[in-house]
Amino acid sequence: MSHRSVVCDYEKCIGCGLCELVCSAEKERVFNPSLSRIHVVNIRSAHAFENMSLTCRLCEVPSCVASCPRKALRANERTGTISVNDSKCDGCSWCFNACDFGAILFHPARRTVRICDLCDGDAKCVKFCPTRALQLITPNQVSTKMRKRAVEKRRMSLLSRV
Amino acid sequence: MFGYTSKIVYVDLTKRRIRFEVLKEGFLRKYVGGIGFGTYLLYHGTEPNVDPFGPENVLVFAAGPFTGTVVPSCGRYVVEAKSPLTNILGVTLSSGPWGPRLKYAGYDALIILGKSDKPVYLFIDDDSVDFIDASALWGKDTWETDDLIREEIEDENVAIAAIGPAGEKLVRFAAITNDRNRQAGRTGMGAVMGSKNLKAIAVRGTKEIAVAKLDDLMEICRNFYRGSFRGESVKRFIKYGTAQSVSTLNYLGVEPVRNWLESSSELAENVCGEYIREHYDPKVTACWGCPTGCDQITSIEEGPFKGTVASVEYETIYALGLNCGVGHFPAIVKATELCDRLGLDTISAGVTIAWAMECYEKGILKKKQVDDLDLRFGNYEAEIQILRKMALREGIGDLLAEGVKRASEKVGKGSEHFAMHNKGLELPGFDIRGLKACGLGFNTSPRGGCHMRSSAYVLDLGGRVDRFKADPKLGKMVMDQEDFCVIRDALILCSTTRYAFDASLAAPGFSNESMNQAFAYVSNLYSLVTGISLAKDELWKAGERISNLQKLYNLREGWKRQDDYPPPRIMEDPISNGTSKGSVLTKEEFELMHQAYFDARGWSVEGIPRRQKLAELGLIHVMEDMKEDE
Repeated sequence: MSHRSVVCDYEKCIGCGLCELVCSAEKERVFNPSLSRIHVVNIRSAHAFENMSLTCRLCEVPSCVASCPRKALRANERTGTISVNDSKCDGCSWCFNACDFGAILFHPARRTVRICDLCDGDAKCVKFCPTRALQLITPNQVSTKMRKRAVEKRRMSLLSRV
Repeated sequence: MFGYTSKIVYVDLTKRRIRFEVLKEGFLRKYVGGIGFGTYLLYHGTEPNVDPFGPENVLVFAAGPFTGTVVPSCGRYVVEAKSPLTNILGVTLSSGPWGPRLKYAGYDALIILGKSDKPVYLFIDDDSVDFIDASALWGKDTWETDDLIREEIEDENVAIAAIGPAGEKLVRFAAITNDRNRQAGRTGMGAVMGSKNLKAIAVRGTKEIAVAKLDDLMEICRNFYRGSFRGESVKRFIKYGTAQSVSTLNYLGVEPVRNWLESSSELAENVCGEYIREHYDPKVTACWGCPTGCDQITSIEEGPFKGTVASVEYETIYALGLNCGVGHFPAIVKATELCDRLGLDTISAGVTIAWAMECYEKGILKKKQVDDLDLRFGNYEAEIQILRKMALREGIGDLLAEGVKRASEKVGKGSEHFAMHNKGLELPGFDIRGLKACGLGFNTSPRGGCHMRSSAYVLDLGGRVDRFKADPKLGKMVMDQEDFCVIRDALILCSTTRYAFDASLAAPGFSNESMNQAFAYVSNLYSLVTGISLAKDELWKAGERISNLQKLYNLREGWKRQDDYPPPRIMEDPISNGTSKGSVLTKEEFELMHQAYFDARGWSVEGIPRRQKLAELGLIHVMEDMKEDE
């Protein structure tokens, strides 16, 4: 079965970055976006203007786990979250290159890596997201949503032609 | 210390030295942050009557106690210096990650002193401050500068505030741009930066901000995000942005058109929020840390302006659009993009061009004087060319780069009559002849013609007062509005939070009661963040203190009572069309409200704060400093 992860609906994301603050407050008890396990990406170029938050996608075959030379990362079978064994992790950052989504954080004080753990199923970023762009859902729930949206868009485009 | 970093950094560009100072709790309580810190540091950091472009002028960047925390819409910073446009208090605010990054780097404020002998940019990387050669960046626009510095620093997490060619050329209303679309626009702070040969300030902050009561703060803020920030008035605001005001003001006949010759126009139909949403469907984006997100990023996908992307808001639509007789929306987007890139304040630029257009139509400026441009109202192609000339000080642009006050004094021939400014700062888009509370607020503003220092238009538009009546009771009401807004800019909250605050209050409608409730709310947030208890009355007092310090600064720099008077067109030419037709703000009406305002403030007839008032506010030493200077 597929796992629930924090998914960002880019059509709703306004790029405010509050998720970063909420994450650092929850996990580190301070405000510091550099310590957040979720990051908002704001693309600002002449012709593109996009906002989207990204965190661990909970890959079915997590390449970060496979890449770790010290076997410090382990995927939880039930939740799919990646846990970090602090005594094994030496901060080599091999997993950073393995992750296609840039979802791994290096914790400067602890000298080890940190990855989103969904706040044990009660993801705080999701609870705070002002536009509800962030949701804690499975990939299948994402496709359900996208199907609905596709049909809705078709309807709107037909309407506009009338 | 919680909330605050309690540390400020002085950067001397002449000696290339840095110095730190620690702020004491007594100071924090007294001046709160943001505009309070900025005004204090400017007042005490400069000798009287310095040349705004001289090395002895200081340039202060300050954040507030809320900046960088989870408090809604607090990702802001304030910039202050003596203004080259008005020769009095220069102050302006901007949003985005720059202010929070300054806090994460460990500073509540950054004070720039002296002048670099060659172009330089600063890179503040937590504890280190580097002076980096900027000769390759000189002449580049703000977007190019942003990209080039990012390439050099190779870190997306850096925030950059930069000036464009306009700042370098000392255009008196040059802006500072951060994040492409956010501007510290008014009063020419970009020109002060240019005069110091300072092209940009890049900040990377990786430290933390701790707050006193984290769990309580998170709970309150979550309710904010999910409750009042999603209420009906906020929803409308998100959908249309500040451009929602175009149709309202046009309907009320107080939307200045063609340099205030008219006060409503059919042109508004094609530039109002509703039209823009329907035809251009702008992308709604938030400034850093804001749950509202009112920024309307608009792209033009066809026609001669194809490929233009800019954030368009109400004042820009007024200044570069309707006020210049332009109702072609893509042209306004193009003009906005140009201003953002060149580093021009859109309000000052638009109002100055509108004045030139009227001069041209009246024959005061001849075609050959305006570089053979056909400078009729509505000719947006000419407007776009003028913007470039302004930023580079070429041809007619050199005159217009001085701002409308100086330009009209130079040209004369009666053109001062329709130079729409107060104390040298060009007026924003609210026709104060039909909004009299706003009319008082515009003109008592410590930085010159400005709607933000008092937001007094909420009194007129909220229906609390008769907007056509110059009532002496407005004196106290505008004073309260000013002190309220000063605290907003000290903490620093965005003015757009008023929609959310208002919806969450038991007494909405921008009444005194609702301001009191908002203050109680904010006072609670302040103690949760900082651990300092500052009761609502103390906050009001702090607001009054900062307002008085602003006045003392302006007095020191030569402000006189008559400088507050609105431009002649406001006092003599009644509104010519629309639903407010015939209304005018006469000199007598203004004087009546102005005196009532001075009385409420506890100021003398000449607008000088009385000793007793200053003693009450703990500002007596400032007055004594001033006496010694005389």
